[in-house]
Amino acid sequence: MPDKITVKIDDTTIVVLAGTSVAAAILNSGRAKARRSVIGEARGPLCGMGICYECRASVDGVVHVRSCMVPCADGMVIETDA
Amino acid sequence: MPEVEKYDVLVVGAGPAGLSAAFNAFTGSNRVGLIDDNPAAGGQIYRPSQGKTHPWVGMSVALLDKVGITVQCGLSAVDAPDPGILAVQSFNGKRLLRYEKLILCTGARELFLPFPGWTLPNAMGVGGLQALVKSGLDVAGRRIVVAGSGPLLLAVADYLKKHDGLVVGLFEQAPMASLKQFGLSMLGYPSKWMQGLALGASVGRMLRADSWVVEAGGRSRVEWVKARTPKGEEQIECEYLACAYGFVPSNELAVLLGCATRNGFVTVDDLQQTSIANVYCAGEPTGIGGVDLSTTEGRIAGLAASGREDQARSVLGRRERWRQFAANLDTTFAPRPELKDLVTPETIVCRCEDVTAARLSSPDCGRAAKLHTRCGMGPCQGRICGPATKFLYGWDQGSVRPPLYPVPIAALADSEPTNG
Repeated sequence: MPDKITVKIDDTTIVVLAGTSVAAAILNSGRAKARRSVIGEARGPLCGMGICYECRASVDGVVHVRSCMVPCADGMVIETDA
Repeated sequence: MPEVEKYDVLVVGAGPAGLSAAFNAFTGSNRVGLIDDNPAAGGQIYRPSQGKTHPWVGMSVALLDKVGITVQCGLSAVDAPDPGILAVQSFNGKRLLRYEKLILCTGARELFLPFPGWTLPNAMGVGGLQALVKSGLDVAGRRIVVAGSGPLLLAVADYLKKHDGLVVGLFEQAPMASLKQFGLSMLGYPSKWMQGLALGASVGRMLRADSWVVEAGGRSRVEWVKARTPKGEEQIECEYLACAYGFVPSNELAVLLGCATRNGFVTVDDLQQTSIANVYCAGEPTGIGGVDLSTTEGRIAGLAASGREDQARSVLGRRERWRQFAANLDTTFAPRPELKDLVTPETIVCRCEDVTAARLSSPDCGRAAKLHTRCGMGPCQGRICGPATKFLYGWDQGSVRPPLYPVPIAALADSEPTNG
């Protein structure tokens, strides 16, 4: 596995260390929000361990992925607010 | 129909309890399985930190590997379609696992209590923020308030400091008198002394007892928090808020299997056996006690589930000592009633369905609230708001139904019972 991984988050391309979760990458990109709630509030990670579903994002076209549970992979395309 | 894998002993959860249970369940000739829904073994406390495996986990996984037991990560137990069978879901689809004995080591999650602003991005759990830093979140130079209750506050404040975070507030709701008493009780646990002294030296001076966060605010993310302290209310500018009030057991799989519980904790006998004969439970689901109690219970469960009850009984004294430690934790850090008053009518209580406290003022039980407001019916299935509404309104958490986690519709298509 390479030490550094490139992922695309919305319109931003960022480099993260191997082992970085998608949720951490989203926050490292300067965003705090992963999704919008049913009434449209911005929401980001809460529990960090796959329980709360607040950090859901779209990963490589798969919607509603718990971003804290998925490690980044090279070339991954992540969409917040999906 | 998915294929069925067979195990003599199947362990769910590869944290301290589960690793210990799996290792102790191996007799040399039986088939032991170990699954976990996280990307790596170690549970929450021994989650890999920025790519580095915790030494104890590395050693345990290597030992298990040597005897042919592979930790299968990324597998969530979603259903128990038949006695002796678990349905598990991974990124790649559904599988069925058959077991003779099952050991549940499903751990705990943080207790979140609602307050105005707790839904803002960058307001998260204490273990929650630590988990994110462990998985690569960069907090260097970030201003962070750590609040809530329990020894984890100190451990996480210290961890954040070591990763160049700026801890600008550390608020513990427990009364100073209780904390002092807890400190004294620690004298009976020499293995905790070094850790306690190190944490005290690192962040102890920042800790404010009898203090809690009453509000967080900001335009699109946390920009400030207000805390109530014995000296009055103060407002602190920050970029992250880490706030949680200890832990609640993750008992859903046990409840689905029909195991008896008391106050949400799975009831077990001397040998960690639940009310279901071939189902054992170890670690936090039986009582919040931390890593030492978890590994001890895992050991007892592993030995008992593999037919070595005499050996299991030799460990009971050790378990009793750590159970006393757990009882001390419970009395010291129990959330104070004033925390119920933080919620305003506009405060969202159920985050999945955006149900406000105002809408929860008329239902008289959790079931009525579900029916009228969808409280607890979102993707987390009440895992976050359930413990909160129990604390706020005394509501019991409702029944547990499969699937335990949201699954793709394809996983339901072949979910009829099997007799294979």
